[in-house]
Amino acid sequence: MTTTAPPQTTIRHGIGESVRRPDGVPKVTGNFAFSSDLSATGMLWGATLRSPYPHAEITKLDTAPALAVPGVAAVMTWEDVPGRKTYGLEVADQPVLSDGRVCYWGEPVAIAAAETPEDARAALAAIVVEYDELEPLTDAEEAAAAGETFRTITVRRGDRDVAGAVVVEGEYVVGMQDQAPLGPESGLAIPDDQGGVDLYVATQWSHTDHAQIIASLDKSPDEVRVHLSGIGGAFGAREDVSLQIHLCLLALRTGRPVKMVYDRSESFVGHVHRHPAKLWYRHEATEDGDLVKVTARLLFDGGAYTSSSPAVIGNATYFAVGPYRCDNVSVDGIMVRTNNPPCGAMRGFGAVQACFGHESQMDKLAAALGMDPLDLRQRNALGTGDHMPTTGQLVETPLPTARMIDELRAMPGAPELSAEHPLHLPGGTGLTTDPAHITRGVGYAISIKNLAFSEGFDDYTEVRVVIDAAGVEVHTAAAEVGQGLVTLCQQIARTVLGIENIVVRFDDTSLIGSAGSTSASRQTQMTGGAVEAASRALLADILDAYRADRLDDAGAWHNGELVASLEHIADHGPNERHIRFRHPPTETADENGQGRLHVDFAVAGHRATVDVDRELGLVRVVRIDTVQDVGKVLNPAALVGQVEGGVMQGVGLGMMEELIIEDGIIKNPNFTDYLLPTFADAPEVHARFIEEPSIFGPFGAKGAGEPPAISSTAAVAAAISNAIERRIARVPIRPDDIIGITPKSF
Amino acid sequence: MEFDRPTDLDTALQLVADSPEAELLAGGTDLMVELNFSRRNPSHVIGLRRIAELVEWNGPRIGAGVTYTTMEQGAVRALAQAARTVGSPQIRNAGTIGGNLGTASPAGDTLPVLAALDAAVELRSATGTRSPRWDEFITGVKRTTRRPDEIITAAVLPEDLPPRQEFAKIGVRNAMVISMVSACVMRWDDGRTTIALGAVGPAPIRARRAEAMIAAEQSPSPAAVEEFARLVTEEVRPITDHRGTETYRRHASGVLAKRLLERVLAA
Amino acid sequence: MRITFQVNGEERSTDVHGAESLLDVLRDRLALPGSKNACEQGECGSCSVVLDGELVCSCLVMAVDADSSTVTTVEGLTDGDHLHPVQEVMLDAGGVQCGFCTPGFVVAAAHLFAADPTPSDDDIMEALAGNVCRCTGYGSILRGLSALAEANRHGGEP
Repeated sequence: MTTTAPPQTTIRHGIGESVRRPDGVPKVTGNFAFSSDLSATGMLWGATLRSPYPHAEITKLDTAPALAVPGVAAVMTWEDVPGRKTYGLEVADQPVLSDGRVCYWGEPVAIAAAETPEDARAALAAIVVEYDELEPLTDAEEAAAAGETFRTITVRRGDRDVAGAVVVEGEYVVGMQDQAPLGPESGLAIPDDQGGVDLYVATQWSHTDHAQIIASLDKSPDEVRVHLSGIGGAFGAREDVSLQIHLCLLALRTGRPVKMVYDRSESFVGHVHRHPAKLWYRHEATEDGDLVKVTARLLFDGGAYTSSSPAVIGNATYFAVGPYRCDNVSVDGIMVRTNNPPCGAMRGFGAVQACFGHESQMDKLAAALGMDPLDLRQRNALGTGDHMPTTGQLVETPLPTARMIDELRAMPGAPELSAEHPLHLPGGTGLTTDPAHITRGVGYAISIKNLAFSEGFDDYTEVRVVIDAAGVEVHTAAAEVGQGLVTLCQQIARTVLGIENIVVRFDDTSLIGSAGSTSASRQTQMTGGAVEAASRALLADILDAYRADRLDDAGAWHNGELVASLEHIADHGPNERHIRFRHPPTETADENGQGRLHVDFAVAGHRATVDVDRELGLVRVVRIDTVQDVGKVLNPAALVGQVEGGVMQGVGLGMMEELIIEDGIIKNPNFTDYLLPTFADAPEVHARFIEEPSIFGPFGAKGAGEPPAISSTAAVAAAISNAIERRIARVPIRPDDIIGITPKSF
Repeated sequence: MEFDRPTDLDTALQLVADSPEAELLAGGTDLMVELNFSRRNPSHVIGLRRIAELVEWNGPRIGAGVTYTTMEQGAVRALAQAARTVGSPQIRNAGTIGGNLGTASPAGDTLPVLAALDAAVELRSATGTRSPRWDEFITGVKRTTRRPDEIITAAVLPEDLPPRQEFAKIGVRNAMVISMVSACVMRWDDGRTTIALGAVGPAPIRARRAEAMIAAEQSPSPAAVEEFARLVTEEVRPITDHRGTETYRRHASGVLAKRLLERVLAA
Repeated sequence: MRITFQVNGEERSTDVHGAESLLDVLRDRLALPGSKNACEQGECGSCSVVLDGELVCSCLVMAVDADSSTVTTVEGLTDGDHLHPVQEVMLDAGGVQCGFCTPGFVVAAAHLFAADPTPSDDDIMEALAGNVCRCTGYGSILRGLSALAEANRHGGEP
């Protein structure tokens, strides 16, 4: 596959430029239609009744009083689901509406549609429902002991009897993070007059929604069309179905358009979260610092239903060692089922938790060896031609771990503390901390992440590139969640075809095949790669048909003479390429977790500089320096945006973002107490990129969305540990942890 | 829902006299959250934003409708420091000192300042005016002695304010955060020191043993400052909740007490 | 109840229900969905509007209490096709990703620059601390607004 061919001509707004987003103007003027902004004539409002218990038997469910509420058009329960009563990304085990037993706090029990949101809420209040509470299973260790698991993975590589001269062990805990996209779950379902329905929804993957919807509605594929609507961020929160099936059920029942918008507290129960995890590690090394053996046990709490938990524990397990060479590895990955909130995809997808473990261990090992932490990492750095420590897979893609460590080390450090404004100090305008109270800490962490789907998944994306009189249309069903794929598709098509006027059309599920999910850092390489491939093929068709040597907005040229206008090409062809693009295949693991499971990898490294008030346990994250392996920079501003945004989510997990669960109940499902970092918490981010072209992807680009969010958390933890001269084995890091007064139960 | 928006105080007082069940709406930053999440469903709301008398700030008398933004720019140092930590600029433009008093949250950011100043709360009804001291007004978590026919009309500070005032607040992030612990220390002209702490009890806590101890010290030694802080940790009554632990709050109360005392002593 | 107020320079009248917020009225009754609903409790700034000259969260304003007031929303900042300078720098700096927080940022930043055309970076960070962005990490927004302040210091274009 061609990946490094130079562009046909240099074109304005092609790859390599910080091109403005085509949806930018509507977004800054308030005219961009997010899914929560949609409306239709005669529209009803939907609402969802949810379980107030994490585990209970429904003993009575009477919707008749709700139907009598004025303005109420429909109330539906599990009995009204005509097709499959369950849904799920990997396993359809989650009830569309509870079938009698609720397994987590907030599980949907009934839905209603009414003339106004208030009427819909009144309907929910009128539903008579009685529960018999059951003992919830909320402890992951108990669940593991009881065999309540979604997936367990065993990795056994090398000789389990070897031992290293220097041994460090550690136990680490990662709290439950939430994606918290600012746009709440929302959508609009409009029934057609032939028993079908059009759903407009913010999702990461319209085709997998579609498959789950038609199964539950018992409809044929062409009766349901899922349209990508304006998406207010995702980060994994929109990979699973939330309100999609509910909306279609209500629209088909009432024959009227139905809109649903979750409020923030409902959003917190309406999507999956990042898995909380308990990690145990033992690292063994020679006295010179060569890793000899890594043993680990990773315990992840998947909550009540499967979601993408099997793939998440796969990632955690297969990246448990990090980007290091090690020939003897033993990892047990356990994903348990409990009555806690369901967990699933979030940026970094299992690698985040594992990274906090392996990087904490590498620092611990460096301390035990009396080595510089970066020297230890450098010494063991995994590179092209090495074998993955866990799966044994030969690394074929460029993997510049060693170069990345060198470049990270060489980046200038943060300047001295500036106390001219309280925002530069821990505690900010709270005025808690004077410069004299501060200890500075610096810490490093590095990470590896797979790109695109793994473990034998048939990963593909469809793209249609069409010439029209005005320019080119690129058609895709890929979800533009904010990351800027829409701009990259334009830049790629522009650069390949030589035509500046490129419009990207996000098609509904009836018009084009799946693009796969906007997740796994995959769309730049997959859909971007498809745009590149389709554009190259179309260009070749056109040049061939008109014996031309060049194409631009005017048309096809030969020896400086226009031989066919774009309008002519649009009318007479060749004017279209519709391709299904696949990445090189992967395979499933054998019983020891061995195999060629992943198609591509990227590494990233972070250096965190923090100022810590050790007495109060407060921290200002001053600066994050990062080097990332990106293959090729396609749009510098967009790439920096991915890095800064991902770093901020990583810092958030390190410092403050945690859903607090007590007995299965979320104690802080709101933005007052689930704290997202604000402008006043934002560290400066300095990023450098390594461009070594990948084995696949447009112009050699690698996916870049997740790596910023992986080792940034561990780097912040390392920096704080450095400042307080004591390792903190838990994120988010709370003031109590820094002072060292954390009570056992907290 | 019935809504009234009087433009003068007398009309407002008559309205609350006639409708003691009515909810009072000032900046909306507390009440609207309750309403947005359907946690309250009032049949009658009286909006106070248009009453000009309530936004007057004359010397020690701060009208109940004075916003955090105004306090932030005002001359009472500790109050300005406290106001700056409230929510965001958007919240500070809307929220008022009367609202902070009326809600009486343990984490109310201006309350430790008012407590350290021994401020009074002016309440008016159609039948009269009374001005209980802050601790006769706030009696518990979100509990006050305001009668349903009364409107909070002002916070009344002492005529002579202490020349040295310091406030600090701990939260887990640098903006828009609910206090985990807050504290205010005042050093008065007559040599008295007062300290009040927020979010470490059902209402602001005055650490009176600590105050008494330090009052004996003309220029407190480092050991006296430590003892002051230690006494503060004994006098606070924090709990553990999802925002922080009892242990931390007690510890941090001492640290803030020490730091703020050092700041007011550093002339 | 019926309210009449000035919205983006136009007199508008509408019925409002109970205690609904100004945000709901703007979005659902006045067809001005630019102000966004992300938290309903004043913790994200996505619904920021200027009410009688003050920047506020419209989710915390009871709509009936906005009667006879003056409101500027994000829709009121654009003059025809001519973008506000804050909008231009947000676009140039890559300060827009998903865009859900963007209208609130634009309103808050425009309000800041109206009061102080040359804010320092620290001023910008403190003034916009009530506007949460989940995508950008704020760096690009700061670079854009900082460039605007710098341009204003020199009286030129950003």
